[in-house]
Amino acid sequence: MTPSLVAALERIVGPRWVRHRRAELKTYTMDGLPTRESYPGLVVMPGNAEEVREILRLLHLVDVPFVARGAGTGLSGGAVADPEAVLIALTRMNRILRIDPVLRRAVLQPGVVNARLSEAVEPLGLHYVPDPSSQAACTVGGNVAENAGGPHCLKYGVTTNHIVQLEVVLADASVVRLGSPQGDPWGPDLVGLFVGSEGMFGIVTEITVRLEPIPPSVRTMLADFATVRGASEAVSGIIAAGIVPAALEMMDRACVAAVEASIYAAGYPTDAAAVLLVELDGQSDAVEGEAATVESILRGAGAREVRSASSPADRARLWQGRKKAFGAMGRIAPDLAVQDAVVPRSALPDIMDRIEEIRARHRLSISNVFHAGDGNLHPNISFDRRDPDLTHRVHLACREIMAACVAAGGSITGEHGVGSDKIDYMPWIFDAETLGAMRAVRCAFDPAERANPGKVVPLHACREWRAARGAR
Amino acid sequence: MSNKVVHARLRALLGTSGVERDPAGLPRAIPESADALALVCRLAHEEGWKIRIEGQGTWLAGDAPVDLAVSTRALDQVVSVSPADLVATVQAGTPLENLRRRLADDGMWLALDPPGRPERSIGSIAATGTAGPLRHGFGPVRDHLLGCTIATGDGRLVKAGGRVVKNVAGYDLTKLQVGGFGGFGIIAELHLRLRAMPRADVTLLARASRDTLTSTARDLMGAQVVPVALELLSPALAAESEWVLAARFVGTGAAVQGDVRRLGSIGDLAWQPLPAERTASFWSVVARGILGGPITLRLGVLGNGVDDTIDLLAHDLDEGLVSAGAGSGMIRWTGDAPIERLRALRRVAASREIPMTLERAPWPVRLALGHFGAYREGVGQIVGRLRDSFDPGQCLRVALEGATGE
Repeated sequence: MTPSLVAALERIVGPRWVRHRRAELKTYTMDGLPTRESYPGLVVMPGNAEEVREILRLLHLVDVPFVARGAGTGLSGGAVADPEAVLIALTRMNRILRIDPVLRRAVLQPGVVNARLSEAVEPLGLHYVPDPSSQAACTVGGNVAENAGGPHCLKYGVTTNHIVQLEVVLADASVVRLGSPQGDPWGPDLVGLFVGSEGMFGIVTEITVRLEPIPPSVRTMLADFATVRGASEAVSGIIAAGIVPAALEMMDRACVAAVEASIYAAGYPTDAAAVLLVELDGQSDAVEGEAATVESILRGAGAREVRSASSPADRARLWQGRKKAFGAMGRIAPDLAVQDAVVPRSALPDIMDRIEEIRARHRLSISNVFHAGDGNLHPNISFDRRDPDLTHRVHLACREIMAACVAAGGSITGEHGVGSDKIDYMPWIFDAETLGAMRAVRCAFDPAERANPGKVVPLHACREWRAARGAR
Repeated sequence: MSNKVVHARLRALLGTSGVERDPAGLPRAIPESADALALVCRLAHEEGWKIRIEGQGTWLAGDAPVDLAVSTRALDQVVSVSPADLVATVQAGTPLENLRRRLADDGMWLALDPPGRPERSIGSIAATGTAGPLRHGFGPVRDHLLGCTIATGDGRLVKAGGRVVKNVAGYDLTKLQVGGFGGFGIIAELHLRLRAMPRADVTLLARASRDTLTSTARDLMGAQVVPVALELLSPALAAESEWVLAARFVGTGAAVQGDVRRLGSIGDLAWQPLPAERTASFWSVVARGILGGPITLRLGVLGNGVDDTIDLLAHDLDEGLVSAGAGSGMIRWTGDAPIERLRALRRVAASREIPMTLERAPWPVRLALGHFGAYREGVGQIVGRLRDSFDPGQCLRVALEGATGE
């Protein structure tokens, strides 16, 4: 980065908010993915939308690429920048601008931490539904970029279902407002298109979210099974009965063992092959009725024990192991490859067998914790990246697990995004025409392709239809 | 291009059974596969022909001046249904009613009740983004679509999304197609998210002044009484002397009973349950009623603005056929009005941050107003580039923006 660019950025945000010395940049070399590391050219931290616009105007002028970053908790390497790019950290833009409790809307800056938003509206009897495991740290802006999910998305939908309007600064520094306060698109559904675009369409500077009332009654149930297949059948049985739980989460034996060996021990039975967490919410009579049905389905599918809790403290205890599963796994080894894939729900038992076979063959430690209700798997591999052979086996196993999920009719990511981690897998599920169409859509927002370059769409795999058309 | 030449070229491509003439003598291609649909688009692109898209001929512009019509009616197969995963893959020309019957056999349900006739094609529902009263409980059309295959204006097949219920691989191209009115390609096939058929399905009606009904609706929302539909119907649409508020609850028997009890305890409306055998026909009559005029439009209004916006409609147009989601804030109006009035209404709505989407109208109205009208600053350029990339030869005759700058 040239001294004149550093100086110009310092004039926009103040010298304090530009970092360009190597030691200062260390923090920004990775996100939550342990296998991708790169020093950005420099880091700039705007304090408001106008500064974002000024920065992008400058970068447009000097033709320098940029990467937007929230809290850096992403798991696909999406918020990591090359030395040629400027990293724009949005964590200073952390103000909730407006809350309308009657209309159930909040307007916020992108750096607002997910859990802080729900805390702020809780006294009004409201909450913001998407609750990724990193919610205590991750930002809503990052959630928008990744279309983040979470355990409670089974019933209430993922981030895209809760965003109604966005203010976006495009790579050429122009500002556009997408969506409407009510949520119906204003023209084509550009909010729907933007959410999950992984920072490649522009930078969000203002987000209008939908808030939901906190349900009057919640019941959490925990069942343990002697087989994963039994637990999977219970999942299908609950959905087939027309019941949509707020959450439906599964943990396998390795995950339970990790949790119970940690300070987060929740009293989960360590001899179970699988533990299922079911949360029902709504009006109390409905919840009670559904709980009875769910319990009989659980027992019918072979549950050995079903624990049930309604009070916040008891529910928190049942949830504790699930919420802290990643932290518990982190104790086992220095590094954790948190994988993310999706299969049709009916393929769950077979894919679990397949993952176990892959694990054994590569001699790895894999624990599974996942959103069973929507078939979203998280096989997590504990390893030490200082061991090159082990790291190589982790890489091979991840690849094989992905291939198995794709072969089962699934997808390579359900909520973590493609970033740089999964870009090689994209041609497994999308053909050249479709990848070309994706690239063209990105270019509609960012013709020069300067926003988060090199992520999501493998350019070599796109059909360049402009050229193809010319040749035809 | 003369009809005769177009007809002959299409016949060469699709065979005799793949092409016919519409009542006005215009060639109409009837491709039987996504590949054949793409071929028709490619031919049109190379020849510079204009295309209009037809499902059952009600919602898309069946009167747009073009070189050929493309009907999706032969793309009518339910390709696969997976009860265990609650996912179906259907071709775009499949009539909703056919799919509904097929799903019911397996105890499943597509939670969409779009306006119009029951035999509407699934493709038209997606292309126009026309959700009905169930939007309140199950979200807009886009929430029911997991993916789709489209033929672009120059004949490429693009496969957006997938068949799983949670998926963030790549950009969400499906969102662009839902409510895109065919401006970004022709939908050939869709992957749909299904639900288990609810055990209980109860609809209750209350009749009163509009003010009373909307205020009760707000109270219900506040008390977390959550019907899957809470629809305010104008007297003309409900064929009643007063406004009607219809509340529909689905779910397990116990849950629905509880909801019905709570409904009665809030406000002092006299709720009358519809007999079970009349429920389906009631909602079907309401859906059909939306076709009671040549123009249908929708306005996306925040909850507290429903009354004001209906006042605005009554003042600027008329109060005839109105269906309003008292919870979702989606207001649908059907009737007839001069272009200038509609344009003025859209201007006023925009000043209140309310988008107005023209859902169906005779071609001259579509052309003048556009489905969306003028975009907000900077958005037009993005949409223009998107259209260029999905239809570089501008073959798809779809009026998104309208003829004048408003």
